[in-house]
Amino acid sequence: MGYHWDWGVFFRTVPSGGATYLDWFLQGIEWTLIVSACSWALALVVGSVLGVLRTVPNRLLSGFATLYVEIFRNIPLLVQLFIWYFVIPELLPVGLGTAIKQSPPLMQQFLASWLCLGLFTAARVCEQVRAGIGSLARGQRNAGLAMGLTLPQTYRYVLLPMAFRIILPPMTSETLNIIKNSSVVSTIGLVELSRQAQQLVDYTAQPYEAFIAVSAAYIAINAVVMMVMRTVERRARVPGFIVAGK
Amino acid sequence: MGYDFDWSSIPGALPFLWHGAVITLEITAIAILVGIAWGTLLAIMRLSPNRALSWFAASYVNLFRSLPLLMVILWFFLIVPAVLRNLFGGAISDIRLASAFVAFALFEAAYYSEIIRAGIQSISSGQISASLALGLSYGQSMRLVILPQAFRNMVPLLLTQAIILFQDTSLVYVIGLSDFFGTAYRVGDRDGRIVELLLFAGAVYFVICYGASWLVRLLQSRITIVR
Repeated sequence: MGYHWDWGVFFRTVPSGGATYLDWFLQGIEWTLIVSACSWALALVVGSVLGVLRTVPNRLLSGFATLYVEIFRNIPLLVQLFIWYFVIPELLPVGLGTAIKQSPPLMQQFLASWLCLGLFTAARVCEQVRAGIGSLARGQRNAGLAMGLTLPQTYRYVLLPMAFRIILPPMTSETLNIIKNSSVVSTIGLVELSRQAQQLVDYTAQPYEAFIAVSAAYIAINAVVMMVMRTVERRARVPGFIVAGK
Repeated sequence: MGYDFDWSSIPGALPFLWHGAVITLEITAIAILVGIAWGTLLAIMRLSPNRALSWFAASYVNLFRSLPLLMVILWFFLIVPAVLRNLFGGAISDIRLASAFVAFALFEAAYYSEIIRAGIQSISSGQISASLALGLSYGQSMRLVILPQAFRNMVPLLLTQAIILFQDTSLVYVIGLSDFFGTAYRVGDRDGRIVELLLFAGAVYFVICYGASWLVRLLQSRITIVR
């Protein structure tokens, strides 16, 4: 094939000046990490609460958590993102909706991406937390209650500390998933890594360099996260428990 | 609420939406069939005693699993047309559909191969020793002894993966292919009724995926081998 390789393209200045294509590429990495980290924080909080709710002896609360999981798991991420971005501002009370629509585009894109990815992943975290709590012997809950702890105390001091340590390995894959899923937010115009790949192609006409660089960046981010999480997993492993859930 | 719903553009758009749904189903079907076939091969290679084969399969699976599906779709949209042009010399009608087929099939194979590998490993290794001792070749013992049992255990997981894959096909939006979701979005955009069309699309996906996962659970309770 007569393709003209030119890796030097990354050091050229972009048409608007003041930055090189390498800076664009690094900004893409930055946005991917920002969106992923913020969404992961939201997912962890909401998912843990929902996971606990799924296991409490209260039909209404566990029913609500189940409904949440079913809704967020059975609608494609892309559709959810478009609903957060295009539909929710229309359905909010007029004042609030208008305020959102008049905020800077980047703000709107980030808000939709954050809520979408965070609440989507929360459903998956919820299932992991539930599995973690479910994998503990039933006696642990009973023992906690028999010792005179209240139900919230039993969760706080007995069940959750064990459950979170047990579910660390599947949580590692959820962390990797949220980074990969963050590429979907490029569809509403947030210029993260995968959008940057397309933009670099449009501006430089060097598709292979742009795509190889961006793919390598994803692989590198993956590898770093995996390494960090392996260390955390080793430190936090509960002696005597081998693996948890899937 | 400040929004006036107007669902009237949906009935007229149903033929378009159906056409989009067919594309969604085609991509899903091809990805499942090719994905499972190629995934099985990859799993066998990965578990084979041949170092080179197992290294190849491991790299393939790890590579595809560390890239976002969206990037893979864009990659094949970039590569496939060039390859096809080299092979057939330009006269291909819908390159986007072809590249989506290839992207999904190769991507899903990586995920299927992990499920299948776990399924094969769940069969006790004594069985393969036993079939080798009986004089079957490695290929024969895989095909006649191990895989039939492994697949039975794997069916629910394979189907669950198919449901995820069905949802993921909506990502062909990024290469401008009009699948079910892409069509819904375009109709909504055309009629200024994006709210209704997106909610409708979400509801359709929900009903199909929820129904399908309910069926998988039912099936799972039927076919699980009690040990």
